[in-house]
Amino acid sequence: MDIDLKILRYDPESDRKGHWEYYTVEADPEERILDLLHKIKWFEDGTLSFRRSCAHGVCGSDAMVINGENMLACQVLVKEVSNPITIEPIRGLPVVKDLIVDMDPFFDSYKKIMPYLINENEPGERERLQSPEDRDKIEDTTKCILCAACTTSCPVFWTADSYIGPAAIVNAHRFIYDSRDEGSKQRLEILKDVNGAFRCRTAFNCTSACPRGIQVTKAIEDVKRETLLNN
Amino acid sequence: MSTRTDWGRREPPLKGSNFELYGWFFMRISGLLLVLLAVGHMFIMHVFNDTLNLDYEFVAARWDTPYWRIFDWLLLTLSLLHGTNGLRVVLHDNLNDLTIRKLALSALYGTSLIFFILGTYVIIAFVSQS
Repeated sequence: MDIDLKILRYDPESDRKGHWEYYTVEADPEERILDLLHKIKWFEDGTLSFRRSCAHGVCGSDAMVINGENMLACQVLVKEVSNPITIEPIRGLPVVKDLIVDMDPFFDSYKKIMPYLINENEPGERERLQSPEDRDKIEDTTKCILCAACTTSCPVFWTADSYIGPAAIVNAHRFIYDSRDEGSKQRLEILKDVNGAFRCRTAFNCTSACPRGIQVTKAIEDVKRETLLNN
Repeated sequence: MSTRTDWGRREPPLKGSNFELYGWFFMRISGLLLVLLAVGHMFIMHVFNDTLNLDYEFVAARWDTPYWRIFDWLLLTLSLLHGTNGLRVVLHDNLNDLTIRKLALSALYGTSLIFFILGTYVIIAFVSQS
C-alpha cells in the first residue's frame, strides 16, 4: 500500500525555518515508521537526516513527533497510525537539521541531578546487596532510555526551557529510591529549586509519551512528596 | 590501602529555598479548605437563602457574630492567595523575558494586595447601622 508522509524539514544552510516536504512510499502495514524513513533516505532523498541506532526501542535515538505525539519511530508500525503520516522533530530543543535536535540542554539537565550512585562507604567483600522489595521501588524508573520523548512533550518545557524536565526527575527518582544510594538529600536539594520538580503541572503528557511505559508523572509526584516529608 | 574511588563525589549544593515546596503544599491545603468554604458559602447564599432576598440587614446580622467575619475573611484570604499563587506559576511558565515577567508579577502582587487590604478593612471595620 502507498503511504503519504509529510515531514518537517530544516536545512540550516538554506532555511530560516522549517518547511514541509511530501513523500509517498510503498509499505507493508507491519513495517515501522523508521522503515519508511529509511526508504526515503536510501531510495528517494538522501538529504533527509534523522537519528537512529539500535532500531529496536532500546537506544532511544529516534524519538520524533509522529502524527502529533512523541514516539520512537522504530516502535510504531504503519498500521498503528493514520495515513497520511506527519513527522516532526521533538519540540522544545533547537533543531540542528531535519529531525535531528540538539540534545545538549536535555543532557545538561540530566547531569544536574547526579545520575550515578553516591555512596562513600566501602562496598565490602562483594557487591552492595539489595532486597527484591527495595529493587521494586526503582523498577519503573530504571527503564528510562533517555530518548527525551517525555521532556519534549511537556508544555512547561516548551515555554520555559529552564525547567529541568521529566526525564531528569525520573532519573533522580531512580537514585533517590535506591536503597544503596546516599545522595538523596543532595538531589532533593536540586529538585526543590524553582526549575525543579515543583515546576511540574501534572499535564501527564510525559506519561503518555514514554515509549517504555514509565509512570513519569507519578515518579515526579513521588519526588515532590519525598521533598515534603524528608527535607 | 583504601580501594575507594572518588567517582561521583561532589560538593553538596548550597541550601536551596523551600519556597516552591511550601507553595505547592499550600495549594493543596488551601484548595481543600476552599472547597469547604466556597461550597458552604454557595449553600448559604443560594440554597438556604434566595439571593433576591439578601439585603443589608442580612449581611449586618451575619457579621454581628465574629465567626461569620472569620469565615468570610478566610474565604477572601485563601482564595486571593490561592489565585495569586496560581497566576504566579502561570506567568513564570509563559513569560521568559525577565523584565516583562517582573512587571506582570508586580502588577499581580499589587492588585492582590489592594484587594486583600480593602476586603480585610471592610470585614474588620464594618459596624452595623441598623
